Amino acid sequence: MSLSVVSRRALLAGGGGLALGFALGGAARAVEPDRPLPGSLANNPELDAWMRIDADGAVTLLTGKVELGQGVLTALTQILADALDVAIEPIRVISGDTGQSPKEGPTAGSMSMPYAGAAVRQAGIETRALLLKLAASRAGAPLSALRTRDGAVLLPDGGRLPYGELLAGQALRRRATGLPQDVPPAESRHVGTATPRRDLPAKITGAPAFLHDDRPPGLVHARVLRPPSIGAQLVGFDPASVEVLAGVIMVVRDGSFLAVIAEKEHQAILAHEALRQAARWREISGGPNQDTIQAWLKARPSEEIRIVDRPTAASSVRIVEAAYSRPMLMHGAIGPSVAIGLFEAGRYVIHTHSQSVFETAAAIAQMLAVDPGSVRLIHRPGSGCYGHNGADDAAADAALLARALPGRPVRVQWSREDEHGCEPLGSAMHVELAAGVDARGDIVDWRCDLWSMAHSTRPGGQAGNLLPAPCLAQPFPAPPPRVIPAPNYGPDRNAIPLYDLPGQRVTTHFIRESPVRVSSLRSLGAFANVFAIESLMDELALGAGADPLAYRLRHLSHPRATELLLRTAEAFGWSAYRKAPGRGRGLAFARYKNLAAYCVVCLEVEVSTETGVVRVLRATAGVDSGAVVNPDGLRNQIEGGLIQALSWSLKEEVVFADGKVLSTSWGDYPILTFSEVPPIEVLVIDRPDTPLLGAGETAQGPTPAALANAVFDAIGVRMRHLPLKPQSVLEAIASAAG
Amino acid sequence: MTLVLNVDGVRHAVTSADDTPLLWVLRGELDKNGPKYGCGAAQCGACTVLLDDAPVRSCVLPVSAATGAAIRTLDGLADADGALHAVQSAFVAEQAAQCGYCTSGMIMSAVALLAETPRPTDAQVRTALDGNLCRCGAHNRIVRAVLRAAEART
Repeated sequence: MSLSVVSRRALLAGGGGLALGFALGGAARAVEPDRPLPGSLANNPELDAWMRIDADGAVTLLTGKVELGQGVLTALTQILADALDVAIEPIRVISGDTGQSPKEGPTAGSMSMPYAGAAVRQAGIETRALLLKLAASRAGAPLSALRTRDGAVLLPDGGRLPYGELLAGQALRRRATGLPQDVPPAESRHVGTATPRRDLPAKITGAPAFLHDDRPPGLVHARVLRPPSIGAQLVGFDPASVEVLAGVIMVVRDGSFLAVIAEKEHQAILAHEALRQAARWREISGGPNQDTIQAWLKARPSEEIRIVDRPTAASSVRIVEAAYSRPMLMHGAIGPSVAIGLFEAGRYVIHTHSQSVFETAAAIAQMLAVDPGSVRLIHRPGSGCYGHNGADDAAADAALLARALPGRPVRVQWSREDEHGCEPLGSAMHVELAAGVDARGDIVDWRCDLWSMAHSTRPGGQAGNLLPAPCLAQPFPAPPPRVIPAPNYGPDRNAIPLYDLPGQRVTTHFIRESPVRVSSLRSLGAFANVFAIESLMDELALGAGADPLAYRLRHLSHPRATELLLRTAEAFGWSAYRKAPGRGRGLAFARYKNLAAYCVVCLEVEVSTETGVVRVLRATAGVDSGAVVNPDGLRNQIEGGLIQALSWSLKEEVVFADGKVLSTSWGDYPILTFSEVPPIEVLVIDRPDTPLLGAGETAQGPTPAALANAVFDAIGVRMRHLPLKPQSVLEAIASAAG
Repeated sequence: MTLVLNVDGVRHAVTSADDTPLLWVLRGELDKNGPKYGCGAAQCGACTVLLDDAPVRSCVLPVSAATGAAIRTLDGLADADGALHAVQSAFVAEQAAQCGYCTSGMIMSAVALLAETPRPTDAQVRTALDGNLCRCGAHNRIVRAVLRAAEART
């Protein structure tokens, strides 16, 4: 009789629970104190929070992080498959469900791998160790003689004890210890390999892969008429002309929040247009526009935050000063925001593509004045998400409209105009740098003053951060925006250079008000700060008569940064580069947040001095993200980040006035197209035995600087203000010549 | 009012008003998922479907203008037995997406391109897709996928 048969019998007799209790008894654990738990495990230490193993062996991964198009769920599945030693394909994933998932923070800030990835890995390793010990006890075999493979413990006699049978459907009910495990290690088979995206097959076949595709029974369609500008008040409205339209179920008004619910989607669209005709608004005019925003930033009262202040005794022989800026930018998801809300039996269930289901659920509960436990948010994939967009607001809309029509799922779909006009923008910024250099041209003193509005007005549990809440009859005013402190920072993200700078002073001038909505856009302040720092580095290199690469290296004492710079430059062909007329090359570097992935971007451009058009001919990016979970996923993130940052840098600027965004279509807000996208080579340095570093935003900062540096190399004109539109380039050429 | 549409090889009687954009009929009445709402103004290409093999923006095409034509969506692109179209297979092989929201429009535009130009150059693919916007930055993967599909089919 084999041991596995004994176990099966014991299991069938209900012995699994006893065995579990025996094998996992606390004696061994109590000897050594627990360690700090990695990543999100610290706040969710129960192993059961992260995975379930059913009696039939089915494995479910639970995470609070959500799929935004970045491939996070594929990567987490790879991590769990290896840590637990189970087959990858059948793993089911529950993601971003406030009713089931471990409570993790927003899927933001390039933190999914360091937080969820580290947690899933440790939880998987500890669970596998418990299963091995359970099997050893069950089979009476020494632990060292056991192995695991594809969801089963392999016994020395060739028998198998499947995990499902070992646990017999019981929960583990164990807290993670954070300790290394004294069991034979599993073989890594998925981490480090280019595992295909799990969500892609459905998306290329037209299966219902997106929240936009969900059609629960009884679904009705809603549209919200947004106030035409920030703070606008609805002063006159007669619903009669709308209520008579075909398919209209109801018009909902709550203060200045106005919406219509109809049976069919196109009926809702027509009724929405009728709402627009019927509504009269009182608007507030004035405030800055896209042309005056930089002066406005410097003129407004601001809060000064000195994030580093280190004087130096060394004296400079020369000071180089320059000012840089970026405009307001939008996320511009291709699919406008959507949400489906259902209010039934006193409970709200809202399907959303929010990045922050837990915090947004709390904010919605506050807005509805209901118990937080009665609002459940469930994430479903939406269009690509690059920061705090309209997703949370649409979820709030859906909650309000579900309340108005209990028992029927209400789908709120934003229009393109809503998405462009109402999403929170990435703040314009103004950055002034001054570098004191010695006789050799090396930096001895560094000063940075940056002016910015907020980079986070995420819901954060506060109703006032949800777009409809300040409009309600019982309004929730928008709370003052938060300052994001070290080490992540907000406006001042990456404002402290990674270079060796003997003296350094960095001051954030934080402006809490804003003429239009602002919040988190991929990389927050790092886009402008790295643009400024890495542009000035080239200006200083020029002054020192040094090659830009060599100049950076002599200010760097981070071996990983140095290696990445050298290898990326080599892959680009930096030292062998032969400059052709009108062409130039540029390079820039940053370590995202000075704690996440390192990234180097090299570009070659061609600039027409007649048209001012900057054409990017090719790009080479290098990334060191520590241990690489999915090399193709990492490449995809770097390519995508670089392309998006090029689009921001070459073409994008939100036009606004009187508290109103005027860029309300793709015609008004062009983005990079296929013909404008350069070939991109990505060099990945994998460091398997080092911590996972987040990489999703690391290309945003270096890209604009590499671009401006390349333009300077091409035509000898320094561009310090984004975007590098043809007209700006022509003006800069004329100004340099004049 | 009833109109008859031929969608993915099946005839459907639909009841939406004549001037309803085809997109809302495909999604709302026929439960198609492929064609996506992106802009409603023929500016992004997410809603692209084929009308007698030509790419059209279904978000601005009145449904009445689509009767009598063979309408093809992503949902019906694979064979009846589920075998993927060469362009679909190539998108998987190249992992040619991030969020995938624009993917349906990309694939349908690519299918139309390859019907006209079976062996396009890199530049021809880019020109053909210039009207399809991607915000995640999957452009080069998408181009590689279309070129791969062209190679697989010839």
